[in-house]
Amino acid sequence: MKRLLLSLFMIGGLATAAVAQSAQFQDAMNKQVSDLDSSAAFAPDALVAKINTFERIAEAEKTQWLPYYYAAYCQVMSCFVGQDKGKIDELADKAAANLDKADALAPKNSEIACIRSLVASARLMVDPASRGMKYGMEAGQQIELAKTYNTENPRVYLLLGQSLLFTPEQFGGSKSKAKTMLETALQKYAAFKPESNIAPHWGEPYAKELLTKAQ
Amino acid sequence: MFRINLYLFFLFSPMVLLAQHKISGKVTDNKKHPLPGVNVYIKGSYDGATSKADGSFAFTTAEVGERILTASLSGYQPLEIKINTASAEQLTVILKNAVSALRVVTISAGSFEASDDKKGTVLKPLDIVTTAGAGADIVNAIKTLPGAQQTNDREGLFVRGGTGYETQTLIDGMLVRNPFSSSLPDVPGRGRFSPFLFKGTTFSSGGYSAQYGQALSSALVLESTDLPQRSSSSIGVSVIGASAGVENLSNDKKTSWGVEGDYTNLAPYFQVVKPKQTPNLGPEIIGTSLNFRRKTSSTGMLKFYGYGNWSKMGFSSPSIEYPGNTESYQVRNGNLYTNMTYRENLGDDWRLYVGASFSANRDNITTDTLGKDQIPADIRVRSSLAQSRVMLTRHLGPFSALRFGGEYQYAVEQFSYNRRPFNYADNYTAAFTEADIYFTPSFVGRVGGRAEYSSVLAKMNLAPRVSLAYKVDNYSQFSVAYGDYYQKPEPQYIRFDHGLGYMKATHYIASYQRVATDYTFRTEIFYKQYADLVKTVPGYNNNGKGYAKGIELFWRDRKTIKNVDYWISYSYLDTKRDYLNYPKEVQPDFAATHTASLVYKHFIPKLSTNIGLTYTFATGRPYYNPNLPADKFMSDKTIDYHAVGVSASYLTTIRKAFTIFVLSVSNAPGNKQVFGYRYSSDGLRRGEITPSVPRFIFLGMFMNFGIDRRQDVINNL
Repeated sequence: MKRLLLSLFMIGGLATAAVAQSAQFQDAMNKQVSDLDSSAAFAPDALVAKINTFERIAEAEKTQWLPYYYAAYCQVMSCFVGQDKGKIDELADKAAANLDKADALAPKNSEIACIRSLVASARLMVDPASRGMKYGMEAGQQIELAKTYNTENPRVYLLLGQSLLFTPEQFGGSKSKAKTMLETALQKYAAFKPESNIAPHWGEPYAKELLTKAQ
Repeated sequence: MFRINLYLFFLFSPMVLLAQHKISGKVTDNKKHPLPGVNVYIKGSYDGATSKADGSFAFTTAEVGERILTASLSGYQPLEIKINTASAEQLTVILKNAVSALRVVTISAGSFEASDDKKGTVLKPLDIVTTAGAGADIVNAIKTLPGAQQTNDREGLFVRGGTGYETQTLIDGMLVRNPFSSSLPDVPGRGRFSPFLFKGTTFSSGGYSAQYGQALSSALVLESTDLPQRSSSSIGVSVIGASAGVENLSNDKKTSWGVEGDYTNLAPYFQVVKPKQTPNLGPEIIGTSLNFRRKTSSTGMLKFYGYGNWSKMGFSSPSIEYPGNTESYQVRNGNLYTNMTYRENLGDDWRLYVGASFSANRDNITTDTLGKDQIPADIRVRSSLAQSRVMLTRHLGPFSALRFGGEYQYAVEQFSYNRRPFNYADNYTAAFTEADIYFTPSFVGRVGGRAEYSSVLAKMNLAPRVSLAYKVDNYSQFSVAYGDYYQKPEPQYIRFDHGLGYMKATHYIASYQRVATDYTFRTEIFYKQYADLVKTVPGYNNNGKGYAKGIELFWRDRKTIKNVDYWISYSYLDTKRDYLNYPKEVQPDFAATHTASLVYKHFIPKLSTNIGLTYTFATGRPYYNPNLPADKFMSDKTIDYHAVGVSASYLTTIRKAFTIFVLSVSNAPGNKQVFGYRYSSDGLRRGEITPSVPRFIFLGMFMNFGIDRRQDVINNL
C-alpha cells in the first residue's frame, strides 16, 4: 500500500514536472520569439543576448528543435548585421552545429533548410570571388530543398526574391522577377498559418520592404 | 527573465515553494579585462544572462542549493563552477583563452600556401588563375612570389639561386617527373596541369619537410580537389585552341568521374603574329585527362588521376654558327602521368596514406643545319618512372603528430644520339620520419630526417630537418628552419658517368609573418650552402660548390582600396656557384640580384569585370661572353627585365552557363626583353635570346554548364 501510494505520488509528481516544464518552455519561448518581431532585437548586442538565451533553453530541453532553430537564426542574422567579416565563419559554424541538432529532431524541415541557405550566403560574403561558386550553389540548393519540403513556406519565396533582387543581372538576377517572387511571398504569408505562436513566422515586413526596392 | 518567473510563481505556487535568488557578478579574462557577451547560466535551467560591456551580469533563479554555474564565450574555455544559489555573493568569473585551431601556430618558414580550406592563407587557388600575365599557369603565377626568379627563357621554377631542376613538383604526394611540356630552346614549356585541378598549392622556397626529397631548392606541392559540388560540363574556345570536359557526381554524392580533352594549335596565330623564328612543325598539342574520386567512408578518400599529352613543334631560325644557313629544331613529345592515392583513418589516432604512380615521357628531337651536308642530329629521350609511397600519421594529443613512411621509385632513363644508346635504370628507396611537437599551442618544433639510397649512384644519404615556429599573437609568428637536402645529378650527367654522387644543399631560414583577414606581411632571410655540385671539367666530378643568401619581402592588401586586391614581392639574392664548366665561383646566368613583382586585381561589380595588372622587374642576368678573358667569366650582364601583363575577364551567364571571357596581353608595352646571348664557336657572332613573340595576346571564352540534377535530388529523398 505504501509502495503503491509512493509510486502514484511519483507518477503524479513526474506528470506535474512535465506539465510545469512544457509550460515553462512555452512561456519562455513565447517571450523570446515575440521579441524577434521587433527590429530592436537585431542590434548586434541584442542578438548576442538572444543567441545565449536560445542556447540556454536548447541545452535545458534537448528534445525541442525550435530553440536550436532560433539560436541558428540569430547567429546567421549576426553575420549579416555584424561589421567584422572575420567573425562570420565562426558564427556560421555555430549556426550549422545548431541546425544539425535541430535537423535530428525535426528532419526534412523547410524552415531549417531556409536557415541553411542563409548560412551559405553568409559564408559567401566573406570572400565572394573565391567562394561564390561553392556557397552560391549551396544556398540555391538549400532553398530548393526548403521548397520541396513545404511549397507553402513563404520564407522560401522571400529568400528567392531577395536573391533575385541582389544578384547582378549577368548572373540571372532581375528586378522584375524579384518583384513577382516577392509578391508570391506576400500571398504565401497571407495564407500561412504558423503551427503555434512560437513556430517560425518571420519575414513579412522584410518582404514588403524588399518589394518597395524592387519597384 | 523576471516576468517568466513571476508567471511561474502564480502558476505553481500551490505546489512548489519558489524562492527567488539573485545571482550576479563579473566576467573577465585572465588579464582582468571585462568580457561582454558571455552566456552565464545555471546548468540545465533557462536561468541566466549575457554579460554586459563591463563584464557584469545579474539574473534571478528559482533553483535552490548547490548548482553548477556555466560561463561560455566563443574563443574561451567554458567554465563551470559550483555555487550555492542562496549565498548572495558577487561572483568573479575568469575565462581562459581557448586553444582554437586559429590560434595554433603552424610551421611556415619557407612556404607559401594557396588553399581554400585553411584560413589565413596567403593565396587562394583562384588567385593563380586571375593573375594577369600568368596565362593561368601555376608556375607563372608562383613566379610573382618572393624567392622565384623571372627566368622566362627556360622552364621551371628557379628558386633562391637554384636551377629549375632543383625544384620538384608533387601531386598528392607523388613526384611528377615532367611537370612542363616539352618545348624548344629558349622557349619555356608551360606547366602541364591546369590550376583548376587543385584545391591547394604550397610553394616551398626552402626548409621543407622530410616527407619530400630529391629537391635541392624548392618543392611545389599540389593537392587535387575532392568531389565536385555538382555534375557539370565545360567548354573553352580561344585563339589558340579549344577544350571540353565533363564531370559527373553520383547521386549519393560519394563518387565522381571526369574526362577532359584539349587541342591547341598555334599555327594560325603565328600566321597573324609572326614569331622571331619560323614555325616548321605545328605547334600542335593534344591533351586528355581522366579522373575518378570516391569517398570510401566519412574519412576515407580514393583518387585517381591520369593525363596523356602529345605535342609536336619545330622552328627554324638563322644560324649563328653558319651565317646564311638555317638551323632547324623539331621536337615530338608524348607524356603519360597517372596517380592513385588513398587516405583513411585507422582508429582514432592513426591516419594512413598510400599512393602509386606511373609516368612516361618521350621526346624525339631532330636538329639540322639546313643547306649544310651534315647528318641531322636525332636525339631520343625516354624516361619512365614507377613509384609508390606509404605514410602513417599518429596523432599525439590535440595538435602534436608523428609521421613516418617510405618511398620507392624505379626509373628507367633511355637516351640515344643518332641511335647510339646511353641507358640506365635506378632503384631509389627512401624512408622518412618527422614529429610535430607542440610545446605549447603557440610554440611548435618539427624534427625529422630522411634516409635515401639510389642504386645507380650506389650511395646513401641522411638528411636531418628541423624547424621551429612561435606565434606571438593571433596574427604574428616567427619561424626558423634548418635542413640538409640531397638530389641526384641530372640524368644527362648520370648516363655518362655512374660514379657521380649526390649534390647537396643546406638551408638556414628565419622568417616573420603577420597574417590578418585583409592583409599579409612576410619577410624572410635565408642562407643556402651548396656542396658536391656536378662539374663537367676536367672530367665529370662532384667538386662544384656555391652559396645563395638573401632577403625577401611580401605584402598583400585586400582592404585599403575598395574592390582592389594587390600584392608586392621583392627578393634580394646574392649567389655564386662553381659548377659544370665554370672556371671559378660566379653569379650564374639564371640569377638576378633584384627581383620584384606587383600584382594588382580590380573587380568592377557594375561591369562584372575583373581587371588585372602584373608588373615584374628583374635586374640584368650575367651571360657568358667567350671574348672575355677567363677572370672576367660571366661578368657581362643583360639589360634589366621589365614586363607588364594586363588582363580583363568578364563574368556572366549565357542561358544557364557560367561564362568567362578573358582577354590577356603579356608584355603589353612591348618592352625589349633579353635573357642572354648565344655565340658562334669562334665568338665573332652572337644572337639575342628573346621571347619568340614580344607580346602575346590571348582571347578566350570558357563556359561551365551545371547539369541540373535537381530532379535526382528530389527522387532520392
